[in-house]
Amino acid sequence: MRYVIPLGVFIVLVTLLAIGLRLDPSYVPSPLIDKPMPSFELPDLANEAELLTNSDIIGKPHLLNVWASWCAACRTEHPLLMTLAQSGETPILGLNYKDARDDALAWLERHGDPYARTVFDHAGKLGLDLGVYGVPETFLIDSEGVIRYKQIGPITSDILESIIEPMLEGLGGKK
Amino acid sequence: MIPELGHFMLSLALSVACVQAVVPLIGAIRGHSNWIALATPTARIQFFLLLAAFIILTHAFLTNDFSVAYVAQNSNTALPLAYRLSAVWGAHEGSLLLWVLILSGWTYAVTIFDEGLPPRFSALVISVLGAVSIGFLSFMLFTSNPFNRLIPAVADGGDLNPLLQDPGLIIHPPILYLGYVGSSVAFAFAIAALIQGRITAQAARWIRPWAIATWIFLTLGIALGSWWAYYELGWGGWWFWDPVENASFMPWLLGTALIHSLAVTEKRGAFKNWTVLLALATFALSLLGTFLVRSGVLTSVHAFATDPGRGIFILALLGTVIGGSLILYAWRGPSTFAGGNYEPISREVFLLLNSSLLAVATATVLLGTLYPLALEALGLGKISVGPPYFNVVFSAVMLPLIAILGIGQFSRWKSDSPQRLVQRLAYPFSAAVAATAIMMIMLGGQKVIAAGVGIGFAMWVIATTLFGIRERCHGRRHPWFIIFNLPRAFVGQCIAHIGFACTIIGVVVTSFYSIDEHQRLAPGDSAEIGGYEFLFVGLRTYTGPNYQSTEGNFELRRDGRFITTLKPEKRLYHVRNMPMTEAGIAPGFTRDLYVSLGEPLEGNAWSVRMHFKPFVRWIWLGALLMACGGFIAMFDTRLRSPKAVRTVAIIKASNVDP
Repeated sequence: MRYVIPLGVFIVLVTLLAIGLRLDPSYVPSPLIDKPMPSFELPDLANEAELLTNSDIIGKPHLLNVWASWCAACRTEHPLLMTLAQSGETPILGLNYKDARDDALAWLERHGDPYARTVFDHAGKLGLDLGVYGVPETFLIDSEGVIRYKQIGPITSDILESIIEPMLEGLGGKK
Repeated sequence: MIPELGHFMLSLALSVACVQAVVPLIGAIRGHSNWIALATPTARIQFFLLLAAFIILTHAFLTNDFSVAYVAQNSNTALPLAYRLSAVWGAHEGSLLLWVLILSGWTYAVTIFDEGLPPRFSALVISVLGAVSIGFLSFMLFTSNPFNRLIPAVADGGDLNPLLQDPGLIIHPPILYLGYVGSSVAFAFAIAALIQGRITAQAARWIRPWAIATWIFLTLGIALGSWWAYYELGWGGWWFWDPVENASFMPWLLGTALIHSLAVTEKRGAFKNWTVLLALATFALSLLGTFLVRSGVLTSVHAFATDPGRGIFILALLGTVIGGSLILYAWRGPSTFAGGNYEPISREVFLLLNSSLLAVATATVLLGTLYPLALEALGLGKISVGPPYFNVVFSAVMLPLIAILGIGQFSRWKSDSPQRLVQRLAYPFSAAVAATAIMMIMLGGQKVIAAGVGIGFAMWVIATTLFGIRERCHGRRHPWFIIFNLPRAFVGQCIAHIGFACTIIGVVVTSFYSIDEHQRLAPGDSAEIGGYEFLFVGLRTYTGPNYQSTEGNFELRRDGRFITTLKPEKRLYHVRNMPMTEAGIAPGFTRDLYVSLGEPLEGNAWSVRMHFKPFVRWIWLGALLMACGGFIAMFDTRLRSPKAVRTVAIIKASNVDP
């Protein structure tokens, strides 16, 4: 009998790993979910003189996408954001995080600009308030300015179709 | 064209591995000697095919062939030559190729040094190694082919991860892999023993040097990784209980248990089932380590290449190889193992206790590593298990282990009397207490009791080892002559145990007496840590081959006396736009002084981290001594003496299998 014990332990272990494999390791529940968006007052990336604040995103559901020109993974989700922007259903607010203005503008010029507006967060202050620890990150914010969903790492078309779009539909962001 | 040749070599190697796994196995079971004879040539051919594939991949890196996807992702024309070579195993696909190459290298070595084994047994070992190779070669060919083309080719590559652009990281992976993969030899041995239904003392003797060699590589690989983390990550830590670190530490713990249990099996014929189980589990944990790194089930600083498809493949491989061998163990085990008689107080029992404690330690590390995953799998939320858990639980297992280690060194095989042991141990015990008292007076400080316990246990190991040597030489006519003629296994054991004690001292003193300071410094400012003065002289910038660096200049003084200059750097690697820290370290036998640059602050100031790290070198020095001890023990004449070989030959001649 005792010769079977190691096998039993191993079977439990493999089952556990098999379940673990189906989970997303980068999924971290955010304490910000269902909390209002932290207040901010930061310059627009394209136009330094203009300040963007919370009031700019009230009234309509928004996606807030944290990106930077130095972020390689941002490139992978970029085409998806472009398609999303072209459909014009949900405005995407960019949050340019810890970047240099010239680099960021050049990046948008080269790859295309999916953002309705981009907040220029050079010091990473808003990023800190949002608990950003990996770029890219994407937040879904409803028309009242409440954070409803947070995605760490690049968005994939899977996540877009199975999570973000249904949520947007529920929020009435899609006609 | 050349990369396709590499791909072809891999496919050929896979077909050869199939022959190597199947034909000798059938031959050994049915007793066809010409089928058995295929084991050696197939193993060797496989090695040369894989070597050719490896050289071809290296060639692609050397010639900057960016039409190969793997090269394009991990190299760059600006990358220095040494790193272009080490980039071959710098990411997933190439490190797998290194894995199978090392596996076939170990198999090749088995074909050379198998003269002491019955041909049937050695054919079984080689066949099992071939089967493992099939698994990994198909994993590589079906999910992670390093020779995949990138068409059209890119003009320049994505560069090697800057974290890996470091001399320590050139050799860390191959050495660690030699250890991981080496455990497959003991595994194959255990499977062969289960298939044959018995373990002879000769076979147990034959496997010992292999298990020790594996353990040496794991020791060195882990120590190198820890040393690298210390000087490269910039915050002075040397062990983080990171899942991937744990993945290498667990096979080491079990490997340690295995070499001790093997000693009993070989000398006294006992614990055969325990030895076999340890051999299976050590390899299982090596595979699990591969799974954890490759599948992306756990997030970690090491988790490069996460891909669920690969994860499923590796899990299937793990399930087949280890599940299969445990079924074999459950089926054949009861009839395979018999023998060994010993009393409750004997060296056998102390060794059994300690190898069990090592298994418990492994289980606690495994639990801490997988617990977050288990909770998440059961839908109970996401948590992290960190150093507080590991430090407490792990020390709780280590303390009794160390106490028993000292007693075990003094005990006799088969049977011993408690009175004799107590009498004998009084001297080393008093010596350890005295040495600890002296050391604690020298160290002083606030946490004397906690640190004293740790130091005391280390001193206990040293004292029992030294008195053990004395006991061996005592009563001989020329004790000093004897000391140079002690059996190598014993000398190796003593050196390794003293190395273990050194590591404990390093860990304890560094943990309790380090001083870390985080300050804002501008050029001209200075800070004092642990009696040393760090003067921030200034900064300069320079351009490296593929990075831009800001280098700080710190003068280190003690009592106004200049000691040395420290040059910590903050580098920005161009291609990946990744900042890296290079610490400035003044190493010393009893203390390190360590400075690293944090972030630039307003004005000319920087946030600067400064550390005073007493005895930190002892951690790695101890590991080196352990490896040295293993190396000496590996060449014990008894494991390789003509007499042993002759005995085997006699047994071979008389041992006509039914």
